[in-house]
Amino acid sequence: MQRFILRSKNYIMLINAVLISAGFISAFVFHNETVSLWTLGTASVLGLIPIAIQAFQALRVKVISIDLLVTIAVTAAFFIQNFEESAIVTFLFLFGSYLEMRTLNKTRSAIKELTQMAPLTALKQTDIGVFTEVDVDEVVPGDILLVKTGAKVPVDGIVLSGEGYINEASITGESIPAEKEKGKNVFAGTILENGTLQIIAERVGEDTTFGKIIELVEEAQDSKSAAEKFIDRFAKYYTPAVLLFALIVWIFSRNVELAITILVLGCPGALVIGVPVSNVAGIGNGARHGVLFKGSEVIGNFSKTDTIVFDKTGTLTAGTPRVAQEIVYDEKAIDEVKSYLASVEKESSHPLAKAVVEFLGDIHIYPVIKTDTVKGGGIISMVNGKKIIAGNASLLEREHISLNDAQRSDIERLQKQGNSVVLTAVDGELKLLLGIRDQIRMGVKEELSRLKKMGVKNLVVLSGDNQGTVDLVADDLGLSEAHGHMLPEDKAAFIKKLTAEGRITAFVGDGVNDSPSIALADIGIAMGNGTDAAIETSNVVLMNSDFTKLSHALGLAKAIDRNMKQNIIIAVGVVFVLLAGVFFSEWMNMSIGMLVHEASILVVIVNGMRLLRFKSRK
Amino acid sequence: MKKASIQLETLTCPSCAQKIENAVKGTAGADKDSVKVLFNASKVKFEYDEEKAKLEDFSKAIETLGYTVLRK
Repeated sequence: MQRFILRSKNYIMLINAVLISAGFISAFVFHNETVSLWTLGTASVLGLIPIAIQAFQALRVKVISIDLLVTIAVTAAFFIQNFEESAIVTFLFLFGSYLEMRTLNKTRSAIKELTQMAPLTALKQTDIGVFTEVDVDEVVPGDILLVKTGAKVPVDGIVLSGEGYINEASITGESIPAEKEKGKNVFAGTILENGTLQIIAERVGEDTTFGKIIELVEEAQDSKSAAEKFIDRFAKYYTPAVLLFALIVWIFSRNVELAITILVLGCPGALVIGVPVSNVAGIGNGARHGVLFKGSEVIGNFSKTDTIVFDKTGTLTAGTPRVAQEIVYDEKAIDEVKSYLASVEKESSHPLAKAVVEFLGDIHIYPVIKTDTVKGGGIISMVNGKKIIAGNASLLEREHISLNDAQRSDIERLQKQGNSVVLTAVDGELKLLLGIRDQIRMGVKEELSRLKKMGVKNLVVLSGDNQGTVDLVADDLGLSEAHGHMLPEDKAAFIKKLTAEGRITAFVGDGVNDSPSIALADIGIAMGNGTDAAIETSNVVLMNSDFTKLSHALGLAKAIDRNMKQNIIIAVGVVFVLLAGVFFSEWMNMSIGMLVHEASILVVIVNGMRLLRFKSRK
Repeated sequence: MKKASIQLETLTCPSCAQKIENAVKGTAGADKDSVKVLFNASKVKFEYDEEKAKLEDFSKAIETLGYTVLRK
């Protein structure tokens, strides 16, 4: 019976509205007081039933809820035969909670979209070798599964056979499909856009990367900031206090009207809902944009950040050296020279050689007769009857290859710019110079200037590389401090020093070898590819290692913080205005109080919903 | 001990969460310390002793309070 009534709450609300309208029409249009009294009375009783049930259920678990305040107020109004008020208050309360549910659902929509991406079924190979559809919960690690075009990958696993393109946006935020073939990892919740794959299950359910992301976001939304905990504690005593206060007023003034008005006005609605609404909407926005906040405490700290420390390699720079500059000394023979160079470098596994091969791309390759690797110098080789030397300046010097002044100054200039120089000589003559360096990632510079505009005073880079290289990067990007020769423990000590100085410090790293710094910083930010380590050690995760999400993350944190403060001000302000209204004005009554209250709840929810649309200004 | 996660209809009031938590804790076989109601996700997570209770016992306890269980 209780269940039936609670489920029919919305219908009760509608009947309530009809009865109240009928009551007022009969009173003011037909001047029929009796009918009016009866309809309004019925509306009061009907509307009170679900509210009273909720109040009672809460009492049973020792919670004095808002429902209880309303129940007492309405009952009292009923007994002093103020049916108008009692009916309207029940309707407003029911209507308010209906709207609250609808709008709250909106604020949670971002997360819902995420959870709805979760796969439900899988095609599992049975003992006799055929695939049958089973519930995803029945899959255990080691099972062989079939994924068809258009289907969701049900678990984390490895491709056994087949080929296809998978949209991994749900894990990495990257919308360009990734190619998958035998031996590649696939993730639960991603979608196979074309092709067919057989995979072997490695991790299932909540252990999958997708499961962990959902768990993280869900728990982050429920985590409470210090402010919120305070409000919760406050609300716990506040509601009974209102009850007590109303009782005292009644005892001393014998004015039932005044006492029940206080009961209704004292409801703490907007205050209790305001802060969590900002959090939920904000964290949801982040999740949709590839920014995971681990809890609301993080948001508060992050919004106040004044110092951001970056790891260099893999964060500001791509982490893999690339050819950045090319100077040709023999235009006519260049195609041939490049072919020789590619043929020689293909034999080597040195990072610089790899960068060269990648730079030269698809090019004619000669068979290499004899290769001599000179440690710390380069390669000397015979190709097509010609002696090829590919290496640094000291190797060329040792091989007695003369360089003119222009060439010498080219080499010096490129080295100053942080390049490793690869020279190519054919039969004793320098033909080509390549400058190779670990390049700054796309968009990093713009992103950093955006962060500065947002009020981050110090941007610091730390690196294990030599000071010269680090200084170059810092100059190029306009960073305020640069420190080289740093081991992971030095970085951690540096962070410790900054936080001890009272700076609110964020550390941005790739989440693998920077874990100590990420853990020590006030806000640890991992550029994660959805890796476990990144998700676990950090406070904020930028999915798909997307550096350009950093300003979105900071802007969003600031917006959430502002939004939360606005909501607190609205909620507290409304209570003050209402209470002042009771004591200093004539027009305040229970219905108006209820209306203003419900309106304030909606205002804070709608205010929170603005965060769903938040975008950082570019 | 078996892990369980029950998806509920949208929860709107913080006291609902309190009610549901107590209901799950009050059901025989539940590991009381593991019960966690995720208010925003409208989910209950807990561990229970398979020998003492079935998952249905918990969803029944929640439904008696008037909340709809969507998925177990």
